[in-house]
Amino acid sequence: MSAVTTVNADGVAVVILDVTGQPVNTLSAGVQREFGELLPRLAADPTVRAVVLISGKADNFIAGADIEEFTRLTSAEEGAALSRGGQEMVQRLQDFPKPVVAAIHGACLGGGLELSLACTWRVISDHPKTQLGLPEIQLGILPGAGGCERLPRHIGLRAALDIILAGKSERAPKAFKLGMADELVHPAILRDVAIATARRLADRVPLRAPRPAGVLAWFLDRTKWGRALVFRGARSQVLKKTGGNYPAPLRAIEVIRTGYDQGLAAGFAAEHQAFGDLAVTDVSRNLVRLFFADTALKKDDFGTAGIRPREIRRLGVIGSGFMGAGIAGTAVSNAAVEVRLKDADLARVGKGLRTATGLLDERLKRRRITQPEYQRLTALLSGAEDWRGFRHVDLVIEAVFEDLTVKRQVLKEVESAAPDAVFATNTSTIPIGDIAAEAARPERVIGMHFFSPVDKMPLLEVIPSARTGPEAIATAVAFGRRMGKKVVVVKDRPGFWVNRILTPYLNEAGRLLEEGARIQDIDAVMTKFGFPVGPVALIDEVGIDVAQKAGKVMHAAFGERLEPSEVVGTMIADKRMGKKNGRGFYVYHQGHKTGPDESVYDLIGVHPSAKYADDLQRRLICAMLNEAALAFADGVVRSPRDGDLASVYGIGFPPFRGGPLRLIDSWGAAKLVEMLSDLASHIGPRFTPAPALVEMAKSGKTYY
Amino acid sequence: MLSVPPDRRCALIAGLRTPFARSGTVFRDVPATALARAAAKELLYRAELDGREVDQVIFGQVISSVLAPNVAREVSLLPQFPRTIPAYSLNRACASSAQAVADAHDQIIQGNADVILAGGVESLSDVPILHSNGMRRILMDASKAKTLGQRLATFARIRPRDLIPITPAIAEPSTGETMGQSAEKMAKENGITRLAQDECALRSHQRAAAATANGKLTAEIAPWFGGRGMDEILHSDNGIRTDTSIEKLSALKPVFDRRYGTVTAGNSSPLTDGASAVILMASAKARSLGYTPLAYVRSYAVAAVDPGWQLLMAPAVAVPLALKRAGLAWKDIGVLEIHEAFASQVLSNEQAWGSKKWADFFGLPAPTGEVNWDITNVNGGSIAIGHPFGATGTRIITQLANEMNRRDVQFGMLSICAQGGMGFAMILERI
Repeated sequence: MSAVTTVNADGVAVVILDVTGQPVNTLSAGVQREFGELLPRLAADPTVRAVVLISGKADNFIAGADIEEFTRLTSAEEGAALSRGGQEMVQRLQDFPKPVVAAIHGACLGGGLELSLACTWRVISDHPKTQLGLPEIQLGILPGAGGCERLPRHIGLRAALDIILAGKSERAPKAFKLGMADELVHPAILRDVAIATARRLADRVPLRAPRPAGVLAWFLDRTKWGRALVFRGARSQVLKKTGGNYPAPLRAIEVIRTGYDQGLAAGFAAEHQAFGDLAVTDVSRNLVRLFFADTALKKDDFGTAGIRPREIRRLGVIGSGFMGAGIAGTAVSNAAVEVRLKDADLARVGKGLRTATGLLDERLKRRRITQPEYQRLTALLSGAEDWRGFRHVDLVIEAVFEDLTVKRQVLKEVESAAPDAVFATNTSTIPIGDIAAEAARPERVIGMHFFSPVDKMPLLEVIPSARTGPEAIATAVAFGRRMGKKVVVVKDRPGFWVNRILTPYLNEAGRLLEEGARIQDIDAVMTKFGFPVGPVALIDEVGIDVAQKAGKVMHAAFGERLEPSEVVGTMIADKRMGKKNGRGFYVYHQGHKTGPDESVYDLIGVHPSAKYADDLQRRLICAMLNEAALAFADGVVRSPRDGDLASVYGIGFPPFRGGPLRLIDSWGAAKLVEMLSDLASHIGPRFTPAPALVEMAKSGKTYY
Repeated sequence: MLSVPPDRRCALIAGLRTPFARSGTVFRDVPATALARAAAKELLYRAELDGREVDQVIFGQVISSVLAPNVAREVSLLPQFPRTIPAYSLNRACASSAQAVADAHDQIIQGNADVILAGGVESLSDVPILHSNGMRRILMDASKAKTLGQRLATFARIRPRDLIPITPAIAEPSTGETMGQSAEKMAKENGITRLAQDECALRSHQRAAAATANGKLTAEIAPWFGGRGMDEILHSDNGIRTDTSIEKLSALKPVFDRRYGTVTAGNSSPLTDGASAVILMASAKARSLGYTPLAYVRSYAVAAVDPGWQLLMAPAVAVPLALKRAGLAWKDIGVLEIHEAFASQVLSNEQAWGSKKWADFFGLPAPTGEVNWDITNVNGGSIAIGHPFGATGTRIITQLANEMNRRDVQFGMLSICAQGGMGFAMILERI
């Protein structure tokens, strides 16, 4: 069926794009072909004086290229050809002899924006769903249909780099302000304004003088010296942010520079060349796979098909510490539910309410919400020191002290105060089955493991116990998603997935410190590997006491392999809790870390040296990968996809490596087994390769 | 006596208020709408009432904000409610929230609503201060000016006297007399002594302090999360003096007549910020939702006298009228709550209810009754607790209903004097 229909509105051809069978419009090869055939017809049609391009979808203009097509590319040449095809189609629109007005409502991303930029005029709707952007960099590629050339020429070099290099999207008002669109109108009049504008353009009525740019903008955008300055700045910023692990933004800078230095034609050539090269890199392949994995994860019902999640209007949160307050604030901010926060005394409740409100303050300050929205959202928060207000709570999430007796007591009280509620426990180490052991209604008890800080960390592990019912699972998953979380359902095994694979990794970091490796060296090798923070800094972040407690639980559950290093105990004995009390492996000044704390070495009795530098990365990552293989064999996650996404979202495992299980596949199990065996014989038996890996090494099987 | 079908009696389910705070203290930077919303929201949670059950919101406020003149609508737009609950605000001066309950009662017994949230609020920290007439004219002309020159010319008209703002005074527009002057006049005309007034104030403070200490009052208060960290919790009213005495009270200088006056800051209610609210339901609705009502509204009456005469004397008329409408006698009343604007007013009202001379004056067949202080204002009154004008009515109604339950009495009555020479009385009954 045709994706494009045309209506003639008194001399203006309104071209409606509506790709059938898809929720959003994408620029697949088929759509491009149809478009290519339509344009000459409209050019030749004497009754058509101008064209309006509009979407037939409710809240989407064009979401971008068809990413499926990327995955079928087998060579850089094919990629370049795909990109060139896109460039040519957009160019035909640019060269179209009659005025073309894009009427944009909803997402206008990637190829959609590139197409719009070639139109004569862009009208966009003032609506939160309307977003304009070029997200290609996030998939390890770059805008390949002329976007690298056209965007800077529309909005200036610096603003364009800002969008292209970060793969950003801008909401309508900001997009208009930047010059990505020419008019911002109420969605109800979008089509009419576009048609009227098209008619005026056909009548050659002058519409608007270009905005005058300042002297600084002239220097930075229009002069070679200015641009050199901008490019150099952008490059160093990219390197700082990506650690050189992502080639796409650097190539994008080169492409844009070529367009300015050698002219548009050279720019286009560089663009499709770069697109082809990037599309077949492992980095891009992994990012694209993660994109599809993420899309699939969002739709996964985790075996609860046909079970309706409970509608959550009121959420109870028990425990108003940093975790509880974070859950409360995120629930209000993202899910707009009523939150009743409970703690033992009102001053603590008040502090928690303040912290939760702080998340909304931040959104208000960043103008993500308006003052009236802020008023409404903050009014969703309330708190108490008793159980009043809990009768009609639909879901309770407890975030009290990590102690089995305390958690069981809370569960007991909740069961009588909120008789209809689903009870979720936010534990990182205690098995859900143990917490639910004495429950009156164990089918309603489930684990929801959030990561700190709750508003920033994307992952949520949902953990059903053996007795948890499907309604509780469906409810926890659905509500987690409403809170904006990436939800993975994991098995009720100690540490679940994230802490399971993290434990040997953090233990190993402790061991390396004991052996005399330097704090900054340990962290540097892992940030170089692609982690956002190194393991030592991570221990400081989560709290050394928390790490110690979790380490003990994991040791008890899994034995010698996960025996904690002694460093953690030594640190606790010195009252070092990490970032939260300003004393950890690093020195903190007003909550910000300034550098490694040299006094730690004396404390643990070592003279640090750089002699381990070569070995550090191998020991750390092998410890994690081996545990991932063990945990996967244990059935902790249901699929390699879940394990990899949980690692990326939960601990910032480098996305360009695709996740730990994907990484084992890329390295090959045989190579990993070899490395592990080597470490096992030289360092210790904890590196003994997982049986599953040995088996995979033999059979050549892979996770994917 | 009004006959109401048994299913449509107006039941009082629960009441709650913010702490009452002297103006310019903890609520200095809190708008009245925020106080009203806080009281209403916490009331919903404590009563375990689903906001979707509420049909109407009625709030009283005396000095309303220019920016949010219909405070009731701001309350009904709390996210705990659907956005489709109609709401209005009213002004019956100091009886405003009592009037909100009276209105709710009428709506419920007539079958126009099943569940109504009624309340009141006042922030005397958040009063509008007006520009002078001259300044106002200049500002309005300036907004119409078309050029910069015109605008500058308009502003050039400003004279120093235009800059003096107009602050609202608690004075009668019809007589120019302030409330305090009226109270002073009543003390003199009715022969109320300074000592009697100070004793009245002392009793108010002592009883309120005791009721705060034993939790009777704090149970009716939603704690306020104050301070920048929201961890400075205000559990109780901050105007109650636990340490006052006749000596201290009698040492205070009279305010309105420095020479011969008897009305002092100590025997008057203070300027106060606060909000209060109650939930009212048709009796059948209360039953179906599983609530046991605290009390039912039996009758009410509003009366007025010439404000140029004794401004705060109308309760003398309203109370016998409410009793008559209830078909009850004074002796049937087990708990009495008298709003204490000024001790001189309380004692004047007491005198008026009790004497044959006053009964004759008002054309009543007999005196209404003698105030028995053992059943009156037993947990303190407005002098100690404070008097945020719009919020006092529902504060008193909640306090009255709870005390009726504690004492297990069938009938209770409240009396409120109000600006404009008005008086309000309401009778609650149990079972």
